Amino acid sequence: MFPLVISTFTTTSALGTGIEAMRSALQDRRSGLAPCSFDTRLQTYTGMVQGVDEVKLPESMSIFNCRNNRLAQLGLQQDGFVDHVTALRERYGADRVAVIIGTSTAGIHETELAYQHRDPDTGKLPDDYHFETTHNLFATTQFVRHYLQLTGPALMVSTACSSSAKVFASAWRLIASGECDAAVVGGVDSLCFNTLHGFGALGLVSETPTRPCAPDRTGISIGEAAGFAIVERPEQAESHTGMALYGYGESSDAYHMSTPRPDGAGAALAMERALTCANLKADAIDYINMHGTASEVNDAMEDKAISKVFGNATPASSTKGWTGHTLGAAGITEAAIVFTAFKHGFLPGTINTKEVDPDFSSRIILDNETASPTYILSNSFGFGGSNCSLIFGMYK
Amino acid sequence: MKKAYVQGVGVLAPGLVGWQQCREVLTGKQPYEHAELPKLVPQRLAAAVRRRTGDYIRLAIEVASEAVDNSDVDPSTLASVFCTSDGDGQIAHNICEAVTHDEPMVSPTQFHNSVANAPAGYWSQAVQSFEPSTSVAGFDHAFAVGMIEAMAQVTMEDRPILLVSHDVRFPEPLHSARPMASSFGVAMVLSPEKTNASLCALTATIHRVSGKPSVFEDAALEAVRKGNPAARSLAALQAIANGSGTVELNYPEEDLLRLEFAS
Repeated sequence: MFPLVISTFTTTSALGTGIEAMRSALQDRRSGLAPCSFDTRLQTYTGMVQGVDEVKLPESMSIFNCRNNRLAQLGLQQDGFVDHVTALRERYGADRVAVIIGTSTAGIHETELAYQHRDPDTGKLPDDYHFETTHNLFATTQFVRHYLQLTGPALMVSTACSSSAKVFASAWRLIASGECDAAVVGGVDSLCFNTLHGFGALGLVSETPTRPCAPDRTGISIGEAAGFAIVERPEQAESHTGMALYGYGESSDAYHMSTPRPDGAGAALAMERALTCANLKADAIDYINMHGTASEVNDAMEDKAISKVFGNATPASSTKGWTGHTLGAAGITEAAIVFTAFKHGFLPGTINTKEVDPDFSSRIILDNETASPTYILSNSFGFGGSNCSLIFGMYK
Repeated sequence: MKKAYVQGVGVLAPGLVGWQQCREVLTGKQPYEHAELPKLVPQRLAAAVRRRTGDYIRLAIEVASEAVDNSDVDPSTLASVFCTSDGDGQIAHNICEAVTHDEPMVSPTQFHNSVANAPAGYWSQAVQSFEPSTSVAGFDHAFAVGMIEAMAQVTMEDRPILLVSHDVRFPEPLHSARPMASSFGVAMVLSPEKTNASLCALTATIHRVSGKPSVFEDAALEAVRKGNPAARSLAALQAIANGSGTVELNYPEEDLLRLEFAS
């Protein structure tokens, strides 16, 4: 495939709003996880974004008001992203820029709140509840399109925790097919009772801050995040970050709805396909940002898959200890971590984790390392066995 | 975008039970008569697995099965695109209800089935496919949005694909907030190359003019088309049944997706 340059990007998570907040938290090894205040019925830690409820949507878009769209707007307002999009719109035309967003639960929290306020006699939802612009999965894509005044191809990818990794693959195809010149890709997923109690019911939520790859790991800390990037053909980009998408690999586990294939075959296939797509050998990859959820099964199978494809020399780590597992926004959040690593010359380690599971054979790094990576692979795996690996690199 | 070829179709909706009946109705050989949707018991899911699924997942598996059976392909070799308006409304209702309680009791099975790619997950297990699968959402435009992703995959990845679009009526109180007349499921296998099994060729173009989508003069069929987001595919199905035709579907905002079918 031809590479797509990353023209600009922005990220908002529990680490703070914007790229600089992420960089400093990564380099200072400061976790964004805190005891869950969003829902006191559960004892756990979450990666909550501060200030989401204070965000005011433009009056003309107030029908979109819900936690997920407020978080989307907070994210869009960072790092001059809107100005970049304005320039892009003027250059290509609004209808030549696609918007491709990933989410797992969109604004379902609005429905959770509406259910608390059903009419006691009729069960009816409150009059000010708007399904189409909040709960509906497509609502976040529509909100972003309206906010950025873009009218190109529209897509909402919802494949659980691989959603906002797969947006890069969809963007490449749409640009390659000529349907658009550039794409705003992103992911937005916000805290809600569905995921907190759902993952809780599956026994996957840790009571303590998540410890990926630890021998006594106890599961995920749920996070929320919004992240966006602009991708376009290198020869068409007016300016860019010096980084590019070089390959993607997608696969299905064909195994189980909530448990990954224990031998890691589906995950390995996604990584192998990404290498093939990028026309790279495994030893070209300088660092692997793992999916690394700290669930017992995920980390074990991912270690097997990495060892199979890369052997035990390539440094790998999970950054979920910083941000929590941001689910449908994990792909774009970890893409932002990868971009930060390229830009500032370091590899993030794995925080909260004191030692690596002795059964693992890949090279999991706990401490940050100084490095000048050329290519980085990022993994995102979702329920339903939806696997996606992305390869980013310094643009040459 | 480049051309793709329709290799096989599956349909399941009230009064449109299977592609054969649907084709007869859409070519005027048989009148449309509303009938209750048959009980969904997809044979491709093992009984123990099937028990963990509701109608939303089952409908997808049923139409996907018919489409691959009609197209004479090995389903394990197919990548897939599943499109939905909003996901599984019954599960959304059950979980949103459960989490109103002081001690929420969320079913683990319901939770993992709540992800929008649950039908894709069950399908890949049923046919043992390791191929890529993308699940997309598009509210009323779900079929058109999914079609663009599917066509981009067929033409840019140069691989055949299974496209499934299905939506199931929500229970109250969500139904009042998101009304749908009935359930509708459609699936088609699209291939980058023409084969002996090809029904017709297909090109898709996003058409940046505001205009009206293709509608049906027959009031009953028009009611079906408007009654479910996946049923917006009905005009496309008619063109496939006729072997050719140009149809236009609503695409987000005022745009239209033009689908041209040719023999």
